[in-house]
Amino acid sequence: MLAPGARRRQGRAVAATVAVLLAVALAGVSIGAVDLPFDQVLGSLARHLGLDAGTPLPGVEDAILVEWRLPRVLLAGLVGGLLAVAGASYQGVFRNPLADPYLLGAAAGAGLGATLVIEWGPARFGPLGTVPAAAFVGALVGVGLAYALGTVAARHGGGTATLLLAGVAVTAFLTAAQTLAQQAHSEDLRQVYSWILGNLGTAQWDTLGDVLPYAAVAVALLLGCGRSLDVLAVGDEEASTLGVRPERVRLVVLLAASLATASAVAVSGLIGFVGLVVPHVVRRLAGTSYRSVLPVSLLGGAAFMILCDLVSRTVLAPSELPVGVVTAFVGAPFFAALLRVGGPSR
Amino acid sequence: MSDRTGSTTTPAPRRARRAVLAALAATPLLLAACGSASTGSPATSGSVAASSSPSGAGTGTAAADAVQAVYPVVVKADTGQVTVPARPSTIVSLSPTATEMLFAVGAGAQVKAVDDQSSVPAEAPRTKLSGFQPNAEAIAGYRPDLVVLSNDVNGIVAALGKLKVPVLLFGAPATVADGSVQELALGAATGHAAQAQQAVDTTRRRIAAAVARTPKAAKPLKIYHEVDNTYYSVTSSTFIGDLYRQFGLVNIADSAPKAAGGYPKLSAEFVITAAPDLIVLADGTCCQQNAATVAKRPAFAGVPAVTSGRVVVVQDDVASRWGPSLAQFAEKVADTLAGKA
Repeated sequence: MLAPGARRRQGRAVAATVAVLLAVALAGVSIGAVDLPFDQVLGSLARHLGLDAGTPLPGVEDAILVEWRLPRVLLAGLVGGLLAVAGASYQGVFRNPLADPYLLGAAAGAGLGATLVIEWGPARFGPLGTVPAAAFVGALVGVGLAYALGTVAARHGGGTATLLLAGVAVTAFLTAAQTLAQQAHSEDLRQVYSWILGNLGTAQWDTLGDVLPYAAVAVALLLGCGRSLDVLAVGDEEASTLGVRPERVRLVVLLAASLATASAVAVSGLIGFVGLVVPHVVRRLAGTSYRSVLPVSLLGGAAFMILCDLVSRTVLAPSELPVGVVTAFVGAPFFAALLRVGGPSR
Repeated sequence: MSDRTGSTTTPAPRRARRAVLAALAATPLLLAACGSASTGSPATSGSVAASSSPSGAGTGTAAADAVQAVYPVVVKADTGQVTVPARPSTIVSLSPTATEMLFAVGAGAQVKAVDDQSSVPAEAPRTKLSGFQPNAEAIAGYRPDLVVLSNDVNGIVAALGKLKVPVLLFGAPATVADGSVQELALGAATGHAAQAQQAVDTTRRRIAAAVARTPKAAKPLKIYHEVDNTYYSVTSSTFIGDLYRQFGLVNIADSAPKAAGGYPKLSAEFVITAAPDLIVLADGTCCQQNAATVAKRPAFAGVPAVTSGRVVVVQDDVASRWGPSLAQFAEKVADTLAGKA
């Protein structure tokens, strides 16, 4: 149903983003604390793909490329893509340019869940450990609370803005609860702090394998809802006459976007601003139809996060910055500029 | 689904996979649900340059301790010169290291309350007081005549100053020697200068002995100290790094730029290629790390420390213990280097 012009524009945007993503990913695996010759990186990658081209890297360097950098770049891409597509979806559902996983209680809920387990439970990080699981539950509780509160308030005559306000209230409450928990066990502060700032440094193939299924479900659901979100953008009543049930779309998109957020948070900690920044850039490039915004946000978020991770591990090499610091460094000024200029889109 | 090329680690639990398959199976339903018309698809910082200088005579020998030091005594802490007007009899310590030192210098009987992290010695009067979130009122409730801290958080030093309680702030030192200076100052302030000197000498002697019995390697050995399993480490600008330097070890974390601070987070790939000969794990409790888990990390099997069995687990809180327990730590390092641990 997309007009031919819009479809062409979408095609071009997707192709351009894929090209950027590939270039960034190649840079991501080639650059790091240890110097690996670029031609040998290509040689090694070709060798692992079953091609015999060029000289591969020697033993340890090859292991660094395959066992550390490759899974890390892929996980960064996955996390960035998930956060960005979740952000775009939240913005669509709430028709609010400032909606993102971090304003809706998802991140605060995840933070509380993780803190509780680090301080009182058997804290196990890594895929399917207790910390990611608690973060996952916390994220769903956070968004669930915000959604329930917001729906009740909306019935009393608020617009969709009430949902966002509910998210802010829930975030404040959960953050306070988390701080309270931290006070009680200050000896674990550093561990909590390190997790809150985001960490991709220990990504391995297993991490990737464990988050991928959840990510696939969430992404499939969200991409499938592009058209419904476009219709919803016209307004609830109009959407109803067009055969879209607004409440149901909201619920499905919220669940799927929260699943995406929780999957990302569970493996990488709290990485802010990606869900906010990326969809807005994408709208400027690819138009405002959610059928374009969602897939291009997925790809663009992946490229953005791989780039941020690259900066975080090279700017002070051989030491690293938490990746959340880099995303916020870019994200916060962008957020400010957005407030100043006014959203270009809904 | 996932590319597991060259994966050497264990397979993911099956239960989660099954849950995911169930969720995948439900996806078409959820898609249909989305609109009827839609289609598918570290530690503290700061160094100390303290020195004790009793204002008056009366220090120097154990006998003098037993008789009495002459007060007021002026000692130098991180905040500058602090006057202790009389021999303190109600000391509150909110620093695990200070607690150890106070008991080592013989002032244990004067210590009436210590913070929740002061686990050594066992007889220290532990309370719910926190050194991370100190509460001036709660501290004042013990009517202390001396408070010892390692962190000036929430303006606690100023708050206690208003209550006219002498406060000694001793943060983590940059060198082992600076730590000894703190212990001497505590001895002077509590009226145990001579015993403090003995305690400091004992620690110094034990560390020196541990260093002396370590065979000198032809080529300096490289150390990687792990604070947690996200590769936070310590550089030579910390007292732990200083101890390693005394062993003639080269600290791989020193390659990190100054901007990364004394406790930089290293890249895993850098740790591998830096090829450390000794790995000290201070994350055995928090993060369940040990020699076996390190060997299992991708590409770590060939790291010299792993192949030669020089991977040792130490107490997690080693970075907040720069007092008497430093001798034990040094002995553990010596044992590991000698292949005995």
